[in-house]
Amino acid sequence: MIPTPDLSHLTKKDYEHVYEPAEDTFILLDGLEEDAGKLRSAHPRICLEIGSGSGCVSSFVGSILGASTTLYLTTDINFHACRCTRQTGHQNKIPIDAVNASLAAPLMRRLRHAVDVLIFNPPYVPTYSDEADDAQLRADIPGAWAGGKDGMQITDVLLDQVEDLLSPVGRFYLVAVKQNDVPAIRRRMLDIYGLQSEVVLQRRAGGEHLYVIRFTR
Amino acid sequence: MVRLITHNLLACHAKGCTSNNFPLQFKDVQVELREAEFNPDFLRGFIPRLEWGALVDAARQLGDTSLPAEPPEMLDVEFLQKLHHVLLEVHVEEGAMICPNCNHVYPISNGIPNMLLAEHEIG
Repeated sequence: MIPTPDLSHLTKKDYEHVYEPAEDTFILLDGLEEDAGKLRSAHPRICLEIGSGSGCVSSFVGSILGASTTLYLTTDINFHACRCTRQTGHQNKIPIDAVNASLAAPLMRRLRHAVDVLIFNPPYVPTYSDEADDAQLRADIPGAWAGGKDGMQITDVLLDQVEDLLSPVGRFYLVAVKQNDVPAIRRRMLDIYGLQSEVVLQRRAGGEHLYVIRFTR
Repeated sequence: MVRLITHNLLACHAKGCTSNNFPLQFKDVQVELREAEFNPDFLRGFIPRLEWGALVDAARQLGDTSLPAEPPEMLDVEFLQKLHHVLLEVHVEEGAMICPNCNHVYPISNGIPNMLLAEHEIG
């Protein structure tokens, strides 16, 4: 059993601007823990988490893989989230290099086919399209959940970059909810990009039907 | 943290800036040194993913000239320790990174690089 990262350094004030870990975070941790053995034996060098928020997930992966075995890179559009991610890494003795960026934009050139573990817990809640656009621009808490049409507006953009980013042994973990149409996501990644996938975990929690999907070559 | 390992992976992504957009040049930087756990296997595995020239150049901009112009064929412990220090222990905390092609300025504050673009700059 891998302990949940220590978040005791984060305060109410931090959570005014940064998404507080919730059921969707915890199912992702559980999914990653389920894969812990496979993750370790792949000897990943680069782990990239998109939208790292509090930094809970990358710190958790760090405790699975070890502080010095892998480079933990994270991005978030929200500067406060980058700050919290960095602190959470520090608190849990995992060095995390947090980058204030949208998705993987400044990394696409250099990380082509180089990411061994890619993780995205996206803003997946269906909202009006404008609401999702506005939330991304404001780079605050709604940016962590407002997902636009079918909750897929932000995820759609990343899905088209996954094949470009994944290394030959790369694995991509995505959190989704039922309304995102999980079978359609999996079909599309297979048909367009030839990526295989498996539902690692699914559960109902707090009115949401949550999934963790793993994609590989 | 803007460590040189991360600097080696960041490129300018402003609209239309697609060549000579890497490596970003440091400007007015404040550097802190922090010890990190030495892991030779990690370093050996990471070398093929580095743009070596860009790393040597970035280290020199920060006043570190310990790395050879080309990675040596024999990756002995002495070399790996130098590489470890340059890649993982040098933290740029404040300053900026500038695109050599379009001169876009990416500020670094509290060790976090701001790689966001304004809406009209996104390609």
